[in-house]
Amino acid sequence: MSQSSDAPPNVTRTTPLDAVHRSLGAVMTDFAGWRMPLRYGSERAEHQAVRTAAGLFDLSHMGEIAVTGPAAGALLDHALVGEPSALAVGRARYTMICDERGGILDDLIVYRLADHEFLVVANAANTDTVLSALLARRTGFDAAVRDDRDRYALIAVQGPASPAVLGRLTDADLGALRYYAGLPGTVAGRPVMIARTGYTGEDGFELFCAAEDAETLWAALTGAGEPDGLVPCGLACRDTLRLEAGMPLYGNELTTGTTPFDAGLGRVVKLGKPDGFVGRDALAAAAERAEERPPRVLVGLLATGRRVPRAGYPVVTADGTVVGAVTSGAPSPTLGRPIAMAYVDPAHAAPGTAGVAVDVRGTHEPCEVVTLPFYKRRK
Amino acid sequence: MSDNPEQFRYSEEHEWLSAAENGVSTVGITRFAADALGDVVFVDLPSVGRTVTAGETCGELESTKSVSELYSPVSGEITEINDAVVEDPALLNSEPFEAGWLFRVRIDESAEPARLMSAAEYDGLTNG
Repeated sequence: MSQSSDAPPNVTRTTPLDAVHRSLGAVMTDFAGWRMPLRYGSERAEHQAVRTAAGLFDLSHMGEIAVTGPAAGALLDHALVGEPSALAVGRARYTMICDERGGILDDLIVYRLADHEFLVVANAANTDTVLSALLARRTGFDAAVRDDRDRYALIAVQGPASPAVLGRLTDADLGALRYYAGLPGTVAGRPVMIARTGYTGEDGFELFCAAEDAETLWAALTGAGEPDGLVPCGLACRDTLRLEAGMPLYGNELTTGTTPFDAGLGRVVKLGKPDGFVGRDALAAAAERAEERPPRVLVGLLATGRRVPRAGYPVVTADGTVVGAVTSGAPSPTLGRPIAMAYVDPAHAAPGTAGVAVDVRGTHEPCEVVTLPFYKRRK
Repeated sequence: MSDNPEQFRYSEEHEWLSAAENGVSTVGITRFAADALGDVVFVDLPSVGRTVTAGETCGELESTKSVSELYSPVSGEITEINDAVVEDPALLNSEPFEAGWLFRVRIDESAEPARLMSAAEYDGLTNG
């Protein structure tokens, strides 16, 4: 886990919902400098609730950064690998910010709120890094970069029942709100930016609200979700949900030592942007390398036994040769078997490759190489 | 919140040991330990007939987020393991003191007695 914060290392931030989590009896954990709910009861039950009904998440640790001004879009085109200036107002995009060598500093979601206003959402552990990079890259652009972490709380409602749950609390036209779109609206009488985004592999919404409205919204969503079986959900199930959905996690699959092409996410890099961008030359080279002689390939592993391949465990062949490393692994509640993501040598990366195992504390546990994601919802 | 049964003794590794019947005690983990682990998904127990020494690693408990080693709180010979908990590790979370027991051990009386705690002492450890 990477850590970076200007705050003294022993100061842990709390979200506006901290008291709520405590009253719910959550098991709390320190995550990227924040005290966050890990689980409220059984994390597997929370996971299943999101797959079959709905779950409520406090994601207020995520880092909101406002980028505004006439050249806000141009600044983001220069600073990020994507092309936010081409986004329509009300749309969002998954993107990344890289260093000059093409290494990933963070993966981001960028929302275009207005012509001259963007909301960049960074991972908690990387928000200071992203802020510094955006400020450093701002030179020459008529745009402002503002740390908005204290302004917002972020509450997610995820799962097949989430449109019904949220629909009870808002007049906003949720049916017209497409995946990766966001619009300002009113939920339970409070102004909210409603985004149809998530990190669970299910339909769902992320609600950016004022910090002081967080408790009201949480209570309203809890009440509105009761008939559908909505439950509060912690970070433990968020991790297994995103892993089943094959979504990368910064610090695990994505690092400064990885380019988007290495992670199989080269599609987010717009090499053809007219004015270039930070990391362009290195990324163009990484794109060629990935095409001709890829280093290691990100694959899915499905364990045949019950022991769980975990981050850092070596991927091996029958004769014990190390051909890769696990980046994330967990018991999958949906598949009923352990699953993992791993970087492996191309010779062993094809789905169905035989003889691949993970060294689980000295024992070779056979695994199937499979195509990501492990789980895809029915639309 | 404590529901640690009075009649058990407890180890610092958060295991419980029942009073011996015909020289055989039952071993499990406490509710405190089960709650800390979260949902247990895999239980690896010592084989029947194996001789264990107090404090020795003799198995593994795997949960969503972590893997923990299982220690024997006493020295002796494993006489039985709980196949039900191997089959359904969720029993560890739902009934750690009853159906979620792990193994039975015939205590080696010649070995140095293990230092174990009373329920009250263990309450003190986990509420501290």
